[in-house]
Amino acid sequence: MFRFLLSRVSQSVVLLVIVSIIGFTILSLMPGGPLAQFGLDPGMTQKDIDRLAEQLGLNRPLWIQYLEWAWRLVQGDWGRSFRDGTPVLAVIGRHLVATLLLMGASTAIAIAIGTWIGIRGATHRYSLFDYLATIGAMVALSIPTFWFGLVGIYVFSLQLGWVPAGNMYTIGDGSVLDYLHHLILPSAVLSLVHVAVWSRYMRTATLDALSQDFVKTARAKGVSERRILMKHVVGNALLPMVTLAGMQLPSILTGALVTETVFTWPGMGRLFLDSLGYSDYPVVMGLLIFSAILVVLGNLTADIVIAVVDPRIRLG
Amino acid sequence: MTALAAHASSLRWWHSRAVYRFMSHHLALLGSAMIILLILACVIGPYVLPYDSLQIDLRARFAPPLTGHHYFGTDPLGRDLAARLLMAGQVSLLVGFSAMLLSTLIGTLVGVIAGYRGGWVGAVLMRTVDGFLSYPSIFLVLALAATLRPSPVMITIIIAVTGWMEAARIVEAEVRSLREREFVLAGRMLGLSGRHIMFREILPNAMGPIIVASTLTVARAILLEAYISFLGYGIQPPLPSWGNMLNGAQQYLASAPWLAIIPGAAITIAVTSFNFIGDGLRDALDIRDDHI
Repeated sequence: MFRFLLSRVSQSVVLLVIVSIIGFTILSLMPGGPLAQFGLDPGMTQKDIDRLAEQLGLNRPLWIQYLEWAWRLVQGDWGRSFRDGTPVLAVIGRHLVATLLLMGASTAIAIAIGTWIGIRGATHRYSLFDYLATIGAMVALSIPTFWFGLVGIYVFSLQLGWVPAGNMYTIGDGSVLDYLHHLILPSAVLSLVHVAVWSRYMRTATLDALSQDFVKTARAKGVSERRILMKHVVGNALLPMVTLAGMQLPSILTGALVTETVFTWPGMGRLFLDSLGYSDYPVVMGLLIFSAILVVLGNLTADIVIAVVDPRIRLG
Repeated sequence: MTALAAHASSLRWWHSRAVYRFMSHHLALLGSAMIILLILACVIGPYVLPYDSLQIDLRARFAPPLTGHHYFGTDPLGRDLAARLLMAGQVSLLVGFSAMLLSTLIGTLVGVIAGYRGGWVGAVLMRTVDGFLSYPSIFLVLALAATLRPSPVMITIIIAVTGWMEAARIVEAEVRSLREREFVLAGRMLGLSGRHIMFREILPNAMGPIIVASTLTVARAILLEAYISFLGYGIQPPLPSWGNMLNGAQQYLASAPWLAIIPGAAITIAVTSFNFIGDGLRDALDIRDDHI
């Protein structure tokens, strides 16, 4: 186990280094680089900017600049927002909970519905249900999340008036129920794509588990189909899904960004777009790097969890 | 080998098993028909419709669908939605196809080199692929689109440089498995150059997975273009695209829902069709796919 952990963690560290190099390259592509904010200030002449560049060491070789930048990242100094001077990490921290809440709720919905569809599709293979689920999954993967959100708002808020059309809570009403009420539609919208992916994988995994020898043994012993499914198949089929949950992280974050925009949800995606609009590059860069780190760490956690649960993985 | 080749050449390409299997895949056929229809409509439509996509008519603002000859209604400036939809289709499909070509090219190049060379070259290239995949694609695309000037060509390039990783992974795995085959050894023994072996001997054998991946890449590129244009950082008005037609639609959702519903439906139909085709090709070319 220790060797597995060591190799898996060092892989992630290498990946983080590569991620940071990609991030730094994008940062250098941004107009004016790290000094963009002063270009807009009429009180600053080109000479002032040049002097500042020299002071900050922006005329030194790129790799030295990269190392310094990366070192600051590691120390937790991610720069300050151009808008109000708050440290970037603090800004991100303020918006993190809302995004995690949305992602958590939609993942829970996706797992619940996707697992059910996947298992039913596998046990009733080639039935009408299975065909419809297959086609439905492909269509669901093709629907733009923001459009699904708009249609959802039109039907469920504007026409039926069941749920609010946006925001995370009603001002003046901070009850848990109010939060939940606001959470229903965005998390349902965000979960659509993941229900599709989850159900496809679950179907394959269940079929795989159903064909294993231990299922034949259980049948031979006269265990009921229902019990076989619940006790032997589902558990085994759910195992690889831990990895899938890790792999799905980037796409959930992408979906969250779009969903948050449509529903004016005060999370990281909303923050990202606002910061883009204000050319607040430190926050944009911070979010970019932060989301990639989240993805790398998420995958690492998924791999460790599955290695703990499933000895076959860690023993190779 | 020669016997096989002779046998294959005596049959036309449409007699092949792959074509037969593709033709018996109903969804793939449906998808192909939809795409052909969409392309035809987008190319011919603007000449047939009575309105121009840029023609402003303030007396006919917010006309609901089926008002006179405004089959899909009009937008807040009184422009005909059907005409705009078809013009936007040209833009969105063109961006989708071009981005697919470019990203398949990049991905194939990286994949072939990484798979054939292996060693540290392959390791560095494939870790770079992992690095790119760690970023949520839309964050990357938006940051680049907001930074660089968003002309249609630039949008295409941005979508391509953030979407080549899947192709690279598929090609790398395929090339790595083909690298040790006898025909490659024979090529090496004949003294063929590495480039010749990579691109002339190995690559043609990896075409199947590349074709499937590129079909799915068109779908992804159209979706991504729609996302960033919807958010205001993609194709810029007055040039319409399916994404930027939805850009202002949310504020009129209560009064003019067709502004949101119709372009989104067009995106969904196009993307679904490409996904259906990709699925059919995967079955037809008999490709085992370990990752979606």
